[in-house]
Amino acid sequence: MPEDKPLTGNMRPDGQALDREAYERAGGYQGLRKALTGMTRAAVIEEVKASNLRGRGGAGFSTGLKWSFVPETVPHPRYVVANGDEMEPGTFKDRLLVERDPHQLVEGMILAGYATGADTGYVFLRGEYKLGAQRVAQAIAEAYGAGYLGKDILHSGYSFELYLHLSAGRYMCGEETGMLNALEGKRANPRAKPPFPPVSGLFGMPTTINNVETLCNVPHIIRNGAAWFRGLSRSKDGGTKLYGASGKVKRPGLWELPMGTTIREILEEHAGGMRDGLRLRGLLPGGASTDFLTGEHLDTPMDFSEVQKAGSRLGTGTMIILDDQTCPVGMVSNLEHFFAQESCGWCTPCWSGLGWVERILRAMEEGRGQPGDMEKLAFQTRFWGSGHTFCALAPGAAEPLQSALKYFRADFEQHINEKRCPWK
Amino acid sequence: MATVYVDNRAYEMDGEQNLLQGCLQLGMDLPYFCWHPAMGSVGACRQCAVKQFKDEKDQHGRIVMACMTPAAEGTRISIRDPEAVEFRKAIIEGLMINHPHDCPVCDEGGECHLQDMTVMTGHNYRRYTFEKRTFRNQYLGPFLNHEMNRCIQCYRCVRFYREYAGGNDFNAFALRNIVFFGRDRDGVLENEFAGNLVEVCPTGVFTDATLKRHYTRKWDLRMAPSICVHCGLGCNITAAERYGMLRRLVNRYHGEVNGYFLCDRGRFGYEFVNSERRIRQPLLEGKAVSKEDALTRLRELASGSVIGIGSPRASLESNFALRSLVGENRFYAGISGAESRLWKLMLAILRDGPARTPSLRETEACDAVFILGEDVTNISPRMALSLRQSVRRQPMEIVEQLHIPEWMDHAVREAVQEKKGPLFIASVSATRLDDIAAHTYRAAPDDLARLGFAVAHALNSDAPEPAGLPESVRALAGKIAGALKAAKHPLIVSGPSLAGAAIIQAAANIAWALPGTKLAFTAPEANSTGLAMMEAPAFDAAQADAADTVIILENDLARRFPASEMEQFLARFRHVVVLEYLENATTAKAELVLPAATFAEAAGSLVNNEGRVQRFFPALAPSPPVQESWRWLGSWNEFDDLAAALASAMPQLAAVTQAAPSASFRMTGAKVPREPHRYSGRTAMLANISVHEPKPPADPNSPLAFSMEGSPDQPPGALQPFFWTPGWNSIQAVNKFQEEIAGALRQGDPGVRILEGGGSNPGFFDVIPAAFEPRADEWLLVPLYHIFGSEELSRYAPAVSQLAPHAYVALNPRDAEKFGDEVELLGQRVPLTKVAEIPPGVAGVPAGVPPFAGFGFPMWSKIARLP
Amino acid sequence: MLTPEERAEIEAEFPHYPNRKAVCIDAMKIVQKHRGWLSDDSLKDIGELLGMSAADLDGVATFYNLLFRRPVGRHVIYLCDSVSCWIMGSDRQCSHLTKRLGVAAGETTADGRFTLLPVVCLGACDHAPVMMVDDDTHPDLTPEQIDRILERYP
Ligand SMILES: Cc1cc2nc3c(=O)[nH]c(=O)nc-3n(C[C@H](O)[C@H](O)[C@H](O)COP(=O)(O)O)c2cc1C
Ligand code: SF4
Ligand code: FES
Repeated sequence: MPEDKPLTGNMRPDGQALDREAYERAGGYQGLRKALTGMTRAAVIEEVKASNLRGRGGAGFSTGLKWSFVPETVPHPRYVVANGDEMEPGTFKDRLLVERDPHQLVEGMILAGYATGADTGYVFLRGEYKLGAQRVAQAIAEAYGAGYLGKDILHSGYSFELYLHLSAGRYMCGEETGMLNALEGKRANPRAKPPFPPVSGLFGMPTTINNVETLCNVPHIIRNGAAWFRGLSRSKDGGTKLYGASGKVKRPGLWELPMGTTIREILEEHAGGMRDGLRLRGLLPGGASTDFLTGEHLDTPMDFSEVQKAGSRLGTGTMIILDDQTCPVGMVSNLEHFFAQESCGWCTPCWSGLGWVERILRAMEEGRGQPGDMEKLAFQTRFWGSGHTFCALAPGAAEPLQSALKYFRADFEQHINEKRCPWK
Repeated sequence: MATVYVDNRAYEMDGEQNLLQGCLQLGMDLPYFCWHPAMGSVGACRQCAVKQFKDEKDQHGRIVMACMTPAAEGTRISIRDPEAVEFRKAIIEGLMINHPHDCPVCDEGGECHLQDMTVMTGHNYRRYTFEKRTFRNQYLGPFLNHEMNRCIQCYRCVRFYREYAGGNDFNAFALRNIVFFGRDRDGVLENEFAGNLVEVCPTGVFTDATLKRHYTRKWDLRMAPSICVHCGLGCNITAAERYGMLRRLVNRYHGEVNGYFLCDRGRFGYEFVNSERRIRQPLLEGKAVSKEDALTRLRELASGSVIGIGSPRASLESNFALRSLVGENRFYAGISGAESRLWKLMLAILRDGPARTPSLRETEACDAVFILGEDVTNISPRMALSLRQSVRRQPMEIVEQLHIPEWMDHAVREAVQEKKGPLFIASVSATRLDDIAAHTYRAAPDDLARLGFAVAHALNSDAPEPAGLPESVRALAGKIAGALKAAKHPLIVSGPSLAGAAIIQAAANIAWALPGTKLAFTAPEANSTGLAMMEAPAFDAAQADAADTVIILENDLARRFPASEMEQFLARFRHVVVLEYLENATTAKAELVLPAATFAEAAGSLVNNEGRVQRFFPALAPSPPVQESWRWLGSWNEFDDLAAALASAMPQLAAVTQAAPSASFRMTGAKVPREPHRYSGRTAMLANISVHEPKPPADPNSPLAFSMEGSPDQPPGALQPFFWTPGWNSIQAVNKFQEEIAGALRQGDPGVRILEGGGSNPGFFDVIPAAFEPRADEWLLVPLYHIFGSEELSRYAPAVSQLAPHAYVALNPRDAEKFGDEVELLGQRVPLTKVAEIPPGVAGVPAGVPPFAGFGFPMWSKIARLP
Repeated sequence: MLTPEERAEIEAEFPHYPNRKAVCIDAMKIVQKHRGWLSDDSLKDIGELLGMSAADLDGVATFYNLLFRRPVGRHVIYLCDSVSCWIMGSDRQCSHLTKRLGVAAGETTADGRFTLLPVVCLGACDHAPVMMVDDDTHPDLTPEQIDRILERYP
């Protein structure tokens, strides 16, 4: 395994998935063996804690800490769920992991299951990821065949069942408690927290939910140790990270790089810089629900704390690049349309505010902007503040809008004043 | 209690509660939508936002939802904080984006929680300039109108309908700002409590379709505290009048009885008061006569040899007036001998036995329930809604372990999932609570009783054991006994609906076998319990009483006798006098018919199934010559004198004088107004006749005034005509009238309980019926109850009657094989329906539905094939 | 009535969940796979097996994107309308598609061959613009390519 790319280094260049044998040859299931034969539940959690692995789903919560919230003893059954919903626009990292190295996820889930004393796991996968679904299903079957899943895994006495669930499609399914409702066959409205899923989650039982990428890191941490994992990183947060770039760059793509790689390095070295004739106007560092950054932030290391200092969030680590010939208002309009469409309809600021904002932005784009729109938009972003809404969807929707109002104010005003989109 | 700081002042709040409830309890105005005192918090609308501060030093604070935040010791919040104020205003603005602002044509206008909250937050200027979304409305049946465009997406309706009331033909559809609340297709809402949506919905999406036909604004209604007459649970209602017509009923909160909710029979049955069949004139030999002539004739007849037949749907006072007129020994209860024996039995069990009969609130707190024989939803519906809540008690242990507060409604439901406390139902056929039952058992009435006896025996071996019980039934009895024993608050529910003494005795044995078990009996008629407590013989006994005249009080004997027997019975009297509100088969046979006032025009007292004496007051001043039966029959001028006479003649009912304050009660020297301050157009009401405002009718019989003049203070609950306080025009104003939110009304919940149980076990009943044996050529006809159709008065309400079934006979599909689609039963041709739940050998017939309304079921009968 | 095949597929999901209601989304997807969309009758059939009412199921079905309560064409085109594809010009692909198919987004062609649906980011943003036709993802779209791709779906 290429030392510096545990997640993707083993992937086959031909686009096929690693089967069980190939995965094992690359060191797969050794972490599992190690944990089941020589580590207590608590030791696994300690190792993960020590690795500084932070959740790759966007919020960056310490994975080990999250696992430690699951009560030591009863009740059972308890669950782990892999969050592979990946509907955040501009995000295309988990797809790669499930399509190309599904066993890595399976092993990560069994380890998470072992650490949290879970009996059953679900891979919650985006419904449109048909290829990924096939491959995960295949990997699960192979893992059952090899005794990594099912009763008494590797004669350790630990049993774990793993099932694949394909989403029927909604961004809210990615919100962890919405996902629980979706898994229960219900409308994917989010749930109140507290109680948090480790206490009362899927089917009312203790549940651990982690992002696919988060879980994929776990086998490597257990196999190679926390110190090794921390060493992969250029920052306090351990490990590598899948970084991506989309938009009008020369080579859009996805790269596994040390955590803390700077935006500039990703953009210029890996993505090849902007396409000829275009200049960088701004970027969303980690998906649709992060604040815009601009050229002045290029030297920000892409880790959880540094991006936050720069005024945004690492999010999913897949950036969306805005060039100087694309309309920022149009881009924000597209983003807010997405959020408005996906609002689950539970809490007022979100369902009412997003519908309104979406219309204001569309009107601006269509040359029907009104004086006063800027204030209305700014007001809505405050209205969606964290804690104001029931879940993080609307606060996420506020991020690109509030930062766009800051960085691209003149563009908005131009739309209103000229009653047209200058780019059309 | 916890000290909570609100805008820097210390208050005491119930630390187990949330801040919204705490603030409302303290009388503060904090707007809300999705929270409901009976349904808890879900944090959807975000209207109840306040600023919370970590400690005294925290200048920043953060917005939290009061309904989702515990009122923990030391919590510091601000309602007045500018950011919180702005946020709450913005929420209303958001809710108003799509709201049609059609208040002038909206039935909710003037009692709309959304209006109230909008005014409370100060939102008044529309900044949204785009199109509103529009929905297509649905036909939801005769009770409710649907106007989805008014919806503010608070999710209360769907939470009430599905989660609280257990309905599954209603839901929230789609998402974002286009969530649609309704059915999957047009059609009658199936849940028996759907009418509560009128009050649960904070705006005008679900409105009362019966009100619409004779619409009046709340502020133009003249209202009175009243009691529902459509079964014997005694739910408290507000009856509302305008222009001499009863316009609608709404729930009148009672902490122990109905809480916030009514059943649809109770809510929509009222229209019988306005029926075309109302008797408005005295009739002598079928001809209208003057009141004086009628009274003269009545006096003539009453002075001869006369007997009286009372009624389980007439007030204590009217029954007593008849009893006084004809003499104690010649007053008969208006129920059959069979029914009367059951009531004597039930009364003795409740009065002398050890078991307490629970109020509906106590019923909700029971954590293991065994229903023996009753189809509760169809007989005493509101009790079924309480039983539905009771199955949530046991799983609350999980919730407690997880430290989830009970008011966190969805968190509780998610933690509990489908787990339910034990509810066992033994009945002759399917019931509407089967979906939450741990086990259902279907059998003929005698077999139900045997199961009951077996449960009692399993609990206490001193209780006799039925002989020859099948092993499966014995095992079930053991299971039921085990569940009751394991519970903290076990409850057994039974009643007279199958007319089986053995069932009632078995229920009593169970309650007595396990000390602490509560025992609830359903009651089919408004004053079933009260009439029983008068201890008069059944009217069958009148057969032997050679009298010339019979005076029948508010009682259609066609519902007590088969037609031919009724004819025979009445034929024995030379003179038949009937006091009644509606033309029926009995009035048709009467020489003299006296127009009696309905509950809506009368004062009186009723005793509900838990032995609570409650008073109702007229909403309409009766229009002469219609008057209360007790006025026709006696010479009391003042209600209080009558009540006092009743109390002294029948000490067991002495509490009747305490059921409500006497007529002399005043608050700061004034009466209680039946009309709210906004009553409009008083002087214009009769302008076509005279522009002089007529004097409002006087009401010397009660402390209530038939006008808006009177004291602005809050009267005791029994006198509360409507819930309204400044800024709170909707029914949600009730929080200003409660001692504690969702607790008792200030100055106590109305009524006086007179059956407390607590006696010693008088010894177990030991006559156990033999096992049911199907017969070769006969079927045991058992009554099947229908919430809409089985009860007498609501049948005359057009909306209810639309949903009433026609006669049928229901057989087990195997038994039905030998018949076609129609059969002959008791001389009538009726359709046959196959019902898998009916036991072999048993046939179900709809109770109270013509032409079988008068038969005393169960009874054996042949069923004939039709060629 | 569910076909034996549909029933078997749904029942195969039962062991994966502690109760039947949880299977409802899978069940709807299975029936949709066989019937193209979820008619009222389909909901009724599923409801009978799972012990759910039509309203129970419809409340769920109408929440989600990939459950169709109206008929769709033989092939469903999911055109990504999210931000990266938008930046890369998906508006143009969209107008090309609507012109070529003669339908607006959300509609089905008169011959019942295609339904055109906008969809949220397909997670292939490095190959924007992207669309899916049935189960296949098609990256790096140009109008010419779209024409060629459509030919593969008779
Ligand atoms: C609206 C919304 C959508 C989300 N979508 C995803 C998603 O698609 N995938 C994901 O892993 N996390 C998503 N999250 C974050 C999850 O709620 C959760 O934080 C995450 O799965 C936890 O895993 P981690 O700790 O491994 O990051 C979403 C959050 C919100 C509020
Ligand atoms: S913020 Fe509110 S309406 Fe929006 S998705 Fe979350 S809970 Fe639903
Ligand atoms: S009442 Fe608190 S959020 Fe609705």
